Amino acid sequence: MALDVLYFAWVRERIGLPKERIETGAGDVRGLIEQLVAREERYAAAFADLSAIRVAVDQELSELDSPIAGAREVAFFPPMTGG
Amino acid sequence: MAEIRVQKAPFAYGQEADLFAEGADGAGAIVTFAGIVRPDGGLSAMEIEHYPGMTERALSAIAEEAETRWQLSGALVIHRFGRLAPGEKIMMVATAAAHRRAAFEAADFLMDYLKSRAPFWKKELRQEGADWVEAKASDEDALSRW
Repeated sequence: MALDVLYFAWVRERIGLPKERIETGAGDVRGLIEQLVAREERYAAAFADLSAIRVAVDQELSELDSPIAGAREVAFFPPMTGG
Repeated sequence: MAEIRVQKAPFAYGQEADLFAEGADGAGAIVTFAGIVRPDGGLSAMEIEHYPGMTERALSAIAEEAETRWQLSGALVIHRFGRLAPGEKIMMVATAAAHRRAAFEAADFLMDYLKSRAPFWKKELRQEGADWVEAKASDEDALSRW
């Protein structure tokens, strides 16, 4: 299964790109993160502290154990600071 | 039906408030709020990033909840992104209700939620460098009021 993975704010800066297409067999968000972290050091740096990471699956705020089967896009970003 | 606008361009606060008031038929109270880039010492600009698509969805969901909960006759959220100078308006909310308490509370609720549940990220640019604004625990705590 392939999906778009998006990065924002300092997650985007650490990984070095805003978006990429990833082929994955992961069942949930945590599995996807593990796959990314195993790829390269820059991913490990971005995901070093998971308590600082928020995730959206198909543009809905989700959790690390949220399933990603059938998802079109998964986004990773720091806690939001709007307003 | 709430009106949501996510835009790069500046907006005219007074004009938006007037238009909103004219459109809020039957309301007895209108509350408007604007957030401004604080001219803190040494800040040269604020860069605001967002997640196009999700931002509009999240803001609409928050505004719809406010409309239902406080029986608003209207709600408006305008939020800018891109590079803003100190003193510029970042965003505004407006709420219209039969009575003032509902309008005030709904505006307060909108602000609390869009601060930590709408996908915006602020970066402060200074001569020495740039820093992402960190979310405050107090912002998260504020949600429990509702």
